[in-house]
Amino acid sequence: MKSSDPLWKQALAGKMPEHLAREVDIYETEIALRKQGKIDERLFAETRLRRGTYGQRYDNGQRYDGATFQEMHYPSGDLTKGPNTMWDAPGMQRIKIPGGGLNAEQLETMADLAEEYSDNIAHVTTRQDFQLHYIHIDDTPSLMRRLAAANITTREACGNAVRNVTACPYAGVCQDEVFDVTPYSRALANFLLGHPDCQNFGRKFKPAFSGCAQHACGLTNLHDVGFIASKQSENGVEKRGFQMFVGGGLGAVPYMAKLFDSFVPAEEILPLTQAIARVFARLGEKKNRNRARIKFLIQDLGIEKFKELVLEERKTLPDDPRWTDYVKDAEQFSEAPLKPGGEWPSAAADGFERWLNTNIRPQKQTGYVVVTVALPLGDITANQLRSLADIVRRFTKETIRTTVEQNFVIRWVSQSDLPEIYKALEAVGLGDPGAGAIVDIVTCPGTDTCKLGISSSRGLAGELHRALAEKSFELDESVQHLHIKISGCFNSCGQHHVADLGFYGVSRKVGGFAVPHFQVVLGGEWEHNGGSYGLPVVAIPSKNIPKVVTRLTERYVAGRANGETFKDFVKRIGKVELKKALEDLAKPPADPADRSFFSDWGDPREYTLGDMGVGECAGEVVSSVEFDLAAAEREVFEAQIALESGQVENAGKTAYQSMIHAAKALVKINHQNISDDPGEIIGEFRTRFYDTQKFWDPYAGGKFANYLFDAHQKADQPYTGDSSRYLIDEAQLFIDAAHSCYNKMGTAVGV
Amino acid sequence: MSSPINLQCVNVKLLAKDPEDVDLEPLIPVFHNWIQGQVFEELLLDVADYRHVHEGPGVVLIGHQANYSVDNTDNRLGVRYNRKAPLEGSNQDRLKQATRAALTAFHRLEGEAGLNGKLQFNGQEIEVFINDRLMAPNRGSTREAIEPELREFLGKLFRGGEYALSHGNDPRALFGVYVKANRSFSVSDLLANLAT
Repeated sequence: MKSSDPLWKQALAGKMPEHLAREVDIYETEIALRKQGKIDERLFAETRLRRGTYGQRYDNGQRYDGATFQEMHYPSGDLTKGPNTMWDAPGMQRIKIPGGGLNAEQLETMADLAEEYSDNIAHVTTRQDFQLHYIHIDDTPSLMRRLAAANITTREACGNAVRNVTACPYAGVCQDEVFDVTPYSRALANFLLGHPDCQNFGRKFKPAFSGCAQHACGLTNLHDVGFIASKQSENGVEKRGFQMFVGGGLGAVPYMAKLFDSFVPAEEILPLTQAIARVFARLGEKKNRNRARIKFLIQDLGIEKFKELVLEERKTLPDDPRWTDYVKDAEQFSEAPLKPGGEWPSAAADGFERWLNTNIRPQKQTGYVVVTVALPLGDITANQLRSLADIVRRFTKETIRTTVEQNFVIRWVSQSDLPEIYKALEAVGLGDPGAGAIVDIVTCPGTDTCKLGISSSRGLAGELHRALAEKSFELDESVQHLHIKISGCFNSCGQHHVADLGFYGVSRKVGGFAVPHFQVVLGGEWEHNGGSYGLPVVAIPSKNIPKVVTRLTERYVAGRANGETFKDFVKRIGKVELKKALEDLAKPPADPADRSFFSDWGDPREYTLGDMGVGECAGEVVSSVEFDLAAAEREVFEAQIALESGQVENAGKTAYQSMIHAAKALVKINHQNISDDPGEIIGEFRTRFYDTQKFWDPYAGGKFANYLFDAHQKADQPYTGDSSRYLIDEAQLFIDAAHSCYNKMGTAVGV
Repeated sequence: MSSPINLQCVNVKLLAKDPEDVDLEPLIPVFHNWIQGQVFEELLLDVADYRHVHEGPGVVLIGHQANYSVDNTDNRLGVRYNRKAPLEGSNQDRLKQATRAALTAFHRLEGEAGLNGKLQFNGQEIEVFINDRLMAPNRGSTREAIEPELREFLGKLFRGGEYALSHGNDPRALFGVYVKANRSFSVSDLLANLAT
């Protein structure tokens, strides 16, 4: 789109690594071929996705403007960059940053790209990537060339490929780590990038590294493959290796990773991951993408069988020198400081003192600290990026990394430089205190830009950030360190499952109108690499969520036993009691004239799910559907309570029943005489809602209906702790989808 | 004599009076209404809210050919027009197009009921940037090549009135000029000057 686009290739000739330059050339050719109609749109979509070039909300050429659906008439007409994705529609570019590691020049490149191709904002993601929004696809080859010249690739930032290899951002400087995982994570990232054994997955594959088991920073439990540093003594010699986990993942139904091996020697992590990739590519689901992550394969096979297959595969791999070439150097790897270590500064002004308390973490190297730069909503401007580049040059040897909490950490800062670095950061608006605290809210893009968004996660995060920042230092100490994480939908990009207070977007119908809601998810654990997942308690209108935060935190402060964590508090008080405490907030506004609940945070348009897809006519039975869905929701909550009290079988059965009842609620719309027989309900539901695709989510397709069919098929089998837990999540998602389906039906008839 | 530069991606920012009085939140519904009415010649697409970012782009009305924003970059609040799609014509045409678009947007904002008349042009200050580092790197040769074009354009814009012109020095920044007229102009005055 830019006039300079054709000129960058020549301008950067010789400045890009050859393999990266070649990659972009190929991509540019594919763009040209697509424009000539010589590449099918589906193939082209996967091609661009594997370069991190995503679609964005409204890219189907249609947008609800608050009154009607507007058709966007773009200059390129009907040309598409994927199914139902207009060529000219703005898109998102994801940029992989392995382990989050950057240098000053790369920060400056990011600044230039944000300014010239995006809207002057770079966004740090929950997997240490960057994202730029509102990008025109014609600009992406230039953008990629400029990244390549700074030695950054976007290859496999999306698509069914190995995604960014994340790593603890404190690796090498953390006081509690076993050893520095940085060189190992980099070796794996380099090894897997474009690897032929990783090109035939049914879905994405996310690796992560952590230096310890106890902290959150690596989040290995929620990854497809996770490595936690470990040491073992062999013949008196200490050997480096990793506890290796597989099959974790968030998404709609979160799975906790399972231990693959308690000690894999460092020399084996690359070949073993390669063997896993081969098994995943060979046996993983390909057709049904909703069951195509490796977590489902491991669940179906069982961890022992999976391990057996992987170890068999390992034996067949041809030797590759890259498996071990790096290992010797890895043991010597270390970063260096720019300045000598210094003394901790003496007490100073209020702002500085607060910042010291929340944004500074001592390194294991005496005299040095890690400084966290907290980014509101993960956003940073081009000018701030340049200033940050200046700051890291001035105080360090350019040792800066992104974090999964959407922040930066500057490592190797001499303690004696703290007053000066604070001044420098504060001058450019990067000196806010509260890093890692309740005010440091993590959020996915939500309805702002994501095609899957249901509620405005960023709008809510912005509101909570403003409200909490004002009173952050008046809050009780126990509340200050709680984690709030928000996702715009069930897909969990905001990692709501591992928050103290998690929220994910859903919709409900109130008085015939769709109202944006968030499910409140409680009981998750951020520490221990995402040690446990929370469960939904109740759906609350979006505009009432700030009150939920206030009420729950006040209750925690008032009722907390000595030293009790929020997670333990939730467990002790119980979800029944907490749900009861929130019930009045779940109700629609008493005043029918109050329309504020019918729009979302930061978006005055009347709320609709129509931007996700257009529904069909429902019929007339309105109130009974809502009533029945609410009853089903109550049941799934009862299932949670049963599970928590150890009644595994009862929990599974109740969750299954809740799904049957939700399905029946929809079937009843046009078939009031439906019986209570589950078989009949399933049959009617399949015919009326699945086969007709009325129940289909615009992006997840028949995923949620399949949860019902699977549950029905297995209804006679005994439930286990795991299967009940998964079924409860699936039941909640099925009911949420039933609400969405019903809302969409209402949208079409203008209820 | 430097070779002529093809001025594309022209950005024009008109600075606001009393910026501390301006609340950006009411801009969100205003921009949504503009999309609803498709009030400009560009295809208007979406609204991006960056009020949480320090000295950032503020609230942005995303368009296909251009973005409009009430932008607070460098702590200088103003209405910014960011041309993205290439334009035919001469450099004078492109400078005029971007400036007129920024003025037109400001004119509308000054009259928006939801803003209570709080967002007003300060009458004197305009910034012009070229949002393309390859075409217009921020260095002396670019300045030399562009300045005559700019002075010709500013002469028309201010009807021969005097003004001061300065440049930013950071070579990493976009090429940009900061213009301050010696006397105050209204948005309507400047639009009228461009119409002739």
